[in-house]
Formats: sequence, C-alpha cells, structure tokens
Amino acid sequence: MTDFSNTPVVDVEDLSVTFQREGNSIRAVNGISFSLRRGEVLTVIGESGSGKSVMLRTVLGLIPSYARIGGKVQVKGVDIAGLNAEQRSAMRGRDVSMIFQEPATAFDPVYTVGEQIAETIVRHEGTSQITAMARAKDLLDLVAIPSAERRLKNFPHEMSGGMRQRAMIALALACNPSVLLADEPTTALDATVQIQLLVLLRKLQRELDMALIFVTHDMGVAAEISDRVAVMYAGRFVETGTVEDVLLAPTHPYTRGLLSSTVHAGMRGQTLQTITGSPPDLRRLPKGCSFAPRCTQAMDACRLDSPMARQVGGNHMAACLRVGELATA
Amino acid sequence: MSKTMANPAALPRDRGGPLQPLLIVDGLTKHFTIRSGIAGRATGKVHAVDGVSFSVGKGEVLGVVGESGCGKSTTARLLMHLIEPDSGELVFDGDVVGGPGMSVGQLRRHMQMVFQDSHASLNPRMTIADCIGFAPRMHGMKASEVTAKVNELLDLVGLDARLFANRYPHELSGGQRQRVNIARALALEPRLLILDESVSALDKSVEAQILNLLQSLKQKLNLTYIFISHDLNVIEYVSDRIMVMYLGEVVESGPVEQVYGAPRHPYTRALLSSKPSLDPRKRTLEPPITGDPPNPINPPSGCRFRTRCAFAEGVCAEQHPVLAADDTSPDHLAACLMHQPSSGHSKATP
Ligand SMILES: Nc1ncnc2c1ncn2[C@@H]1O[C@H](COP(=O)(O)OP(=O)(O)O)[C@@H](O)[C@H]1O
Ligand SMILES: Nc1ncnc2c1ncn2[C@@H]1O[C@H](COP(=O)(O)OP(=O)(O)O)[C@@H](O)[C@H]1O
Ligand code: SF4
Ligand SMILES: [Mg+2]
Ligand SMILES: [Mg+2]
Repeated sequence: MTDFSNTPVVDVEDLSVTFQREGNSIRAVNGISFSLRRGEVLTVIGESGSGKSVMLRTVLGLIPSYARIGGKVQVKGVDIAGLNAEQRSAMRGRDVSMIFQEPATAFDPVYTVGEQIAETIVRHEGTSQITAMARAKDLLDLVAIPSAERRLKNFPHEMSGGMRQRAMIALALACNPSVLLADEPTTALDATVQIQLLVLLRKLQRELDMALIFVTHDMGVAAEISDRVAVMYAGRFVETGTVEDVLLAPTHPYTRGLLSSTVHAGMRGQTLQTITGSPPDLRRLPKGCSFAPRCTQAMDACRLDSPMARQVGGNHMAACLRVGELATA
Repeated sequence: MSKTMANPAALPRDRGGPLQPLLIVDGLTKHFTIRSGIAGRATGKVHAVDGVSFSVGKGEVLGVVGESGCGKSTTARLLMHLIEPDSGELVFDGDVVGGPGMSVGQLRRHMQMVFQDSHASLNPRMTIADCIGFAPRMHGMKASEVTAKVNELLDLVGLDARLFANRYPHELSGGQRQRVNIARALALEPRLLILDESVSALDKSVEAQILNLLQSLKQKLNLTYIFISHDLNVIEYVSDRIMVMYLGEVVESGPVEQVYGAPRHPYTRALLSSKPSLDPRKRTLEPPITGDPPNPINPPSGCRFRTRCAFAEGVCAEQHPVLAADDTSPDHLAACLMHQPSSGHSKATP
C-alpha cells in the first residue's frame, strides 16, 4: 500500500492570478507556494483585498476565464490546469469543497436543505435518493444540528444564522472531501456562535482527517483553529510558520503592525500602534517589497526586488530583507 | 479611553454640573408589530427593546454589547428619536426631552449618531464638503462660514481639505469614509455621540486609526460616547462602563473592570468566554453556550436567557429577574435570579 500520509493533498507552486479588466492588470495573487497534508489546518490571514478569496477560488478551480493564472495548483497529485470543465466540477465536492461567509452563496433558497445535500450526493456518487437523504440526515447529525430529521425539510431561510452555517458545512462534507476551503465562515457570526462553529470545524477536520485552508482577517480566530498560519499582503505570503511562530513571535513588519493595531483584551488606556498609509494599488504594485511604502524598517534595498522568503527558524519564514535583525529584536 | 471629567467653567453648555448625568434613560420600550399575509394582519410583536434604563455620565464612554438582534441599534435609534418609543423617558442634562427645556429638535443637535461604514452611509451624489456642510447649512449658517466649518472639521478628523473637500464618497476608502461620517456628526457640535458599530466593517489597521481618532476627539471636544459594538475586545478597550443586552433587555451593567473582571450574569460570562484568546496555547475546548439567541418575537417567559442558561431552574421560567446590585459593588448590576435574594433559585441567598 502506498503511504499517503506524507504526500500533500494540496500543492501550490508559485501561484499568480492576474485579472485583465478594461486595460488594467489587477495582480490579485503574486507568487504563492505552500503544500498541505491531510489533517492539517492552514490559516491565511490578511486584510480585505489581499487576495485571500481569489487564492481559494483558484484552488477550487473557480476563477473567471479572463483571469491569467501562473504557477501550478495540484490537488491529490492532479494539476487542475489540465482538467476540463466537467472534470473540475467533478473534483469540486468530491475532493475539494468550500464554505463561505454567506450561506446564501452555497444554498439555493427554493429547495430544502435536505434536498440540496441529497442532490449533491446523488450527483457525485450516483446513489439512490433514499440513501442520499439518509446520508443527509447523518450529516446534519454530524454538524450537531438538533432534530436533524425535521431540519432536513427546512428551507435555508427557516434556519437561524448559526444553524444555516452548520448546514452549509454539512453540504460541503457531503462527499467526504479531502480538502475543505473556508472563506471567512465565521466573520458574520456573533461571538457565542462563532466559537461553536470553530470548535466544530476543528473537531470535524480531525475526525475526517481533512486538510483545511481557513481564511480570516481575525487573529483570534486564527489562534483557535490553525496548525500553520500564512499572513497575506498584496497577494503574497509575507510570513508563514506554525500558529505559535506567527502569533507569538511575529517577525515580518506587516505581521507585527497588524498584531499591534489589533485591540487585544486588557489594552485599556494604551494608544494603538497603527500602520500608516494603505495597501498598494494592485494595478500598480510598487517595485520591491509591496509593504515598503508603509514599513518603518524599510531600507533602499527593500525597494529594488521583491524579497524572497527567509528563514526565521525551523519552518518559520518571513519575506523581509531584515529578517535576521528583526527575529532577534 | 480614559475618563475626562468635563470642566464646568470651560463648558457653558454644561448646565447641571459635572456630576449630573448627561443622559438618563428610563424604561425605554419598543415593540415592532409583525404583519403578514395580503391583508397585513398583525401576527406578532418583536420585543426589540423592553424596559431599558441606564444613564451616561458626562465625559463617559458607555459601551453597549450583545449579540445581533438584541436591540442595540433600536436603542440607539430610539435615543435619537429616529423612531418613536412605545414608552420611556429621556432626560438630557437635567431636561426631560419633549418637555419645556428640550425639544426633540434641540436634542438632535446635542446628540448625533455615526453608523457602520458602508457605501450607503453617505449620499453618493454629494461631495464630501456638501455632506459635511449639509446640517450647518440647514441650520442657517452662511455659505462662507460653512466652508470654513467644513475645512475645520476635515482637519479635525485628519483629512486634508484640499484633497478631500471636492471628492465623492466612492473615491474614498472605508476608513476615509468613516472619518467623513464622524466629521458630519460633529458639524453641529454635539455633546453626545452614539457610535453604532462604527468601526466594525473596517480592517484592523484602519479600525485602530479610527479608535485613536475617536479618543483624541473625545478629549479635544469634551465629548461623551455611547459606543455600540459586538466586538468584545473593542468594547473593553473604549468603555468606562458597560451595558450588556440580551433579547431587548439589559442583563448586566457596571464599570468595565467589574463587568469584564468579575461578570455576574451567566450570559455575560458565556459571552466573554466565547472570545477567542489570541493565544494558540489557550484554545477554547468547549463552547460556553450552545445554539443561537432565540427569536425576539416570542421571548421566553421569566428570564429570557433561561433557554441557554446552564443554571436555569423552574423558577427562571416564572419570575422575571430585575437588575440589581449586590452588597459589594453598588454600581454593578445584574438581572439574574441567582443574585436575587429569596427568589427561590437554589443558588440565591434565601
Ligand atoms: N473577478 C475579479 N475581477 C477583477 N478583480 C477581482 C476579481 N476578483 C477579485 N478581484 C480583485 O482582486 C483583489 C483581491 O480580492 P480578494 O481575493 O477578494 O481579496 P480578499 O478576499 O483578501 O478580501 C481585490 O483587489 C479584488 O478587487
Ligand atoms: N423596523 C423594524 N421592524 C421590525 N423589526 C425590527 C425593526 N427594526 C429592528 N427590528 C428587530 O428588532 C430586533 C432588534 O434589532 P436591532 O436593534 O437592530 O438589534 P442589534 O442592533 O442589537 O443587532 C431584531 O429582532 C430586529 O429584527
Ligand atoms: S435567572 Fe435563571 S435562567 Fe436567568 S440567568 Fe439567572 S439562573 Fe440563568
Ligand atoms: Mg474575501
Ligand atoms: Mg445593530
């Protein structure tokens, strides 16, 4: 038997995504590489516009045709660039599936939740409707929706926000994907509901041995869910490492800025450190490090070439010329 | 934000002295009628705000927290008289609102509101200068004075008037739009600002800039804030006192150190321990409560939190807990039968 435990289920190499619109090139993703094994959780943290959703949709093979994709995305060893539309659609749900901030993105309002989950199972696995509906009930149980039998017959709008979010997870898990992509699924939820979802996702991901790529802008959420963290800025990973590396020993000036501008518990009376300026225009990325125009540590060399990822220690990397000095600071 | 007590000598508008609350709210109630069907028959009532009472001291920041739908925005809109309460009374610096000392129109000059940033928060067809100058113009200020006022306000919120006065809202970033919203709210020189999720839609680095701005404005202009947010860290950071709402009611209130340091109501405790920790070594293993908040159309009898409360007993379905202090901290109130002597709850002192 082949040992799959060490082969990545997702392997992304130097991925870039550029949108050609009205004579502009919008450089949404600019050279991202990572690989992920089953059972691992990678959280991508970044502010709005940093390219998180575009990156996820590219892994899912869902990107508009006017986008130019560079680099390589492999899912379970298959290069998605070589798949036709039909093969891609077969891959979605079966190998990779996605959950969103807005369950409306995943559900059709005119069918019941049960019908939609069952339909996905029938489509991918060709089972009978009865088998599929029984599986749908088990899935609602799995995501801890009470009275699952009855809830199958609910329309999405008949569920509360937190329950709809669970139902969306059930839908995403319908065909046992190896990779789950989560695009800010808890961002619109209240704290008490968010923590329930995070604990549930963490548990399911472990029990089902899935790889999870979780996108968020919230450091606290990242602390709850991640094994590894990547900090994204202007379409690049500027810092990667274990969750402890990145949140407890941040090294890249952007990560540090983001953490110190985030209000933590017990900060009353302190003035917040802010990052001046705003993220670069993706149509006109600055030469060199994209963060240089806002960086308090920038040197002339930072404005020449885009810095490569440098080792901070172990697998902790930061794409910053001053890593050596900053890591010890 | 640190508490800056207003200096009465410097503030001719301050009528009752620094110790008289700027705003007293008593028994504010608003039920929305739900209509359905073609005939639009009334089929239910949303208990959006139910008997809410509190006061805000001069120069204080009152933080209002609670999950979505608990009535925070409705409370804010009632204070502003954007909607009419079913019942309840407001007293602004000693004057009953709607009485001889203060009309609703006057109240709206003293009290202004800043909403969550969205593209809809500013009129897309008006320049920034026109948006900010609108209210002063309506109040009869001369054109030349309006321009000077707008420039002063832009400067105050950290926007360069030469760059921004003639731009349109869509040309601004979220943070810049929120600065404009703040400038607009300050145009009539209010004493109280209600900030309803004003930083919630912003990225963290921008949120920090706006929080710093609000802090400095408060000191410069001797403002009082009612700060509404669902973000528990932000509320702790900005507030002097906290009010926690659940399904239209206040369940706990008190100084921030006490409410965050030693929460008394089971809901407050659950809410605060739902907060992600920011330290991956201290992950949450069990969610503190399950389920979503119930629907405010038919709130549970007795204590509205009882359907999610780990300490609920039979008596909690029968008796409506009242906000009350305990002996040790008279300023720290909670509405829970466990804290109500002889309520019959097994954990209450008989
Ligand atoms: N379909 C598209 N066409 C053109 N530009 C797009 C498209 N999708 C996203 N973008 C742009 O790509 C950048 C990254 O977007 P996104 O991945 O959605 O950011 P995030 O999810 O991090 O907030 C943004 O500037 C966005 O406007
Ligand atoms: N105009 C309205 N008509 C009917 N129901 C309303 C109206 N405005 C608010 N509500 C309801 O009142 C409750 C409280 O809403 P709101 O004050 O907006 O809560 P919050 O700001 O705390 O999220 C919610 O259930 C909401 O749906
Ligand atoms: S009154 Fe009863 S149900 Fe309500 S919070 Fe207290 S113990 Fe819980
Ligand atoms: Mg996104
Ligand atoms: Mg609201």
